Amino acid sequence: MEYEEAKTAIVETLTKKSKSKSKFYFNDLAKIMGMKPRLAKKIVNQLVQDGVLEYWSSGSTSMYGLPGVGKQAAAEHED
Amino acid sequence: MAKHATPLLDQLESGPWPSFVSDMKQQAEVRAKNAENIEFQIPQDVVEDLLGILELSFADGTTHWKHGGIVGVFGYGGGVIGRYCDQPDNFPGVAHFHTMRVAQPGAKFYKTDYLRQLCDLWDFRGSGITNMHGSTGDIILLGTTTPQLEEIFYELTHNMNQDLGGSGSNLRTPADCIGMARCEYACYDTNALCYHLTQEYQDELHRPAFPYKFKFKFDGCPNGCVASIARADMSFIGTWKDNIKIDQEAVQAYIGGEFAPNANDHNGRDWGPFDIQKEVIDLCPTDCMWMEGNQLKIEDKECTRCMHCINVMPRALKIGDDRGLSILVGAKAPILDGAQMGSLLVPFVKAEDPYDEIKEVIEAIWDWWMEEGKNRERLGELMKRQGFQKLLKVTGIEPTAHHVQEPRTNPYIFWNEDEVEGGWDRDIDEYRKHHQR
Ligand code: HEM
Ligand code: HEM
Ligand code: SF4
Ligand code: SF4
Repeated sequence: MEYEEAKTAIVETLTKKSKSKSKFYFNDLAKIMGMKPRLAKKIVNQLVQDGVLEYWSSGSTSMYGLPGVGKQAAAEHED
Repeated sequence: MAKHATPLLDQLESGPWPSFVSDMKQQAEVRAKNAENIEFQIPQDVVEDLLGILELSFADGTTHWKHGGIVGVFGYGGGVIGRYCDQPDNFPGVAHFHTMRVAQPGAKFYKTDYLRQLCDLWDFRGSGITNMHGSTGDIILLGTTTPQLEEIFYELTHNMNQDLGGSGSNLRTPADCIGMARCEYACYDTNALCYHLTQEYQDELHRPAFPYKFKFKFDGCPNGCVASIARADMSFIGTWKDNIKIDQEAVQAYIGGEFAPNANDHNGRDWGPFDIQKEVIDLCPTDCMWMEGNQLKIEDKECTRCMHCINVMPRALKIGDDRGLSILVGAKAPILDGAQMGSLLVPFVKAEDPYDEIKEVIEAIWDWWMEEGKNRERLGELMKRQGFQKLLKVTGIEPTAHHVQEPRTNPYIFWNEDEVEGGWDRDIDEYRKHHQR
């Protein structure tokens, strides 16, 4: 999957799910793109660099989300 | 007068051991006085509020910290651990109290001026509270606010030749023993390998794409000063293939009392004259040492490189000359499924720049774990779930006797078709020639 195609697929899927879920594991993203993790990582890195995705971290686990979606609520399972 | 009364915390100071409460009170006072006229960039009373909120947690038996958050420096997915409290009105000093993990120098070698620079930076832009070092090995800077993060990062990277460490689902900051820099037991250069792999895997360190954390640790010999065998998903432990070198004259000097055993480490008390039989030979875990007249003998084939005899008589016994390292995998501390030590995967590999053989193993493991690992599943758990055999397959390593942890307890062996000559197909006509229906 090319960058633009991947970006569209990810933004669409994450937006659709944003009511119930705001943070996603790296593997969720790789699955959306249908790519092997090591290749998917190049695109995910770029999406973060471009501000399409942002990191979330508990300190021990990392997740990804659309910027501004969920915020702290996601950590508290309030959404 | 302290900002918050802390009767429950005060009680922690009454024991015989040093207390973090005393340390924190001292730091609170230093900030309140501010003798050095520091222009504090985060609340001056941060430490007081930290004590206050901890007291509150003791009183009501619940934490007032939220876990995690969207903090970090641009382009990095790790190194900053976001901590926010849920009582910002009562304890504004710790409304944000983020931790920064800073990569420790190889083997934790510091110069005092560097430590001073680090502490000055942290007094200026953070709480001044540090943890030297965290369980990962990093320099831990405890407590700052979101706007300070980029400032601190800039200072570290531009003026201190320093980088953030790993946190989250990243390669964690690799950690090494002091190795060849100071230690004659080192079977490979831990500092060199640790540094090399840290540089090589920058992307894995700073941009999280693993199912969970992943740790490398480097011990120069089986003494394991960084305890890699218990604490790292991949442990690199120095070893040798040939024989322990014996200086028989020095052995006699230990027996005769000229040399103190254990490098004189036990001199606090009179343990009586050194007894080589009792203190070395009888304690060899593989029973492979004996005296023949006044000659010490070792059956090296049986020796597991436990280091005991060498530690007791370092001037008489030396590690062998054919040196390299063993790779063990899968150690972890409990979260899902209990603590687990590493399992031997590569019995021996030379540790020579550019370390290609070692990197092949690492990358094969990552490919497998990234694809098959469940979210928050450590390598050691994946190994248990899919089996050591699977690990051997993905790394292309032939099974050897070294991989056997204990004799087989299950009498059945299951073969895959490709492992059996001729497979499962048979010629039924040929079969019927010899077997009636
Ligand atoms: C019940 C509450 C908590 C739990 C279960 C918890 C759990 C953990 C775990 C599992 C780690 C290891 C992370 C890793 O390296 O992958 C960790 C590290 C850490 N946590 Fe917590 N934590 C708790 C509360 C806190 C609080 C309240 C703070 C600070 C306000 C905090 C600060 C830290 C820091 C600084 C580290 C890194 C320590 C190091 O690397 O040595 N934690 N915590
Ligand atoms: C490679 C050849 C064979 C294999 C893999 C095999 C496998 C087995 C297995 C798995 C059991 C069940 C054991 C249990 O769960 O208790 C069993 C039981 C048994 N097998 Fe075989 N078998 C083989 C050849 C034979 C032959 C050639 C005979 C007799 C001529 C035989 C007679 C029996 C009997 C009588 C039992 C029941 C034993 C008991 O319950 O005490 N087996 N065998
Ligand atoms: S692990 Fe071995 S080589 Fe490294 S410092 Fe300890 S004793 Fe020395
Ligand atoms: S290193 Fe350990 S196993 Fe090897 S000979 Fe010495 S005591 Fe025995």
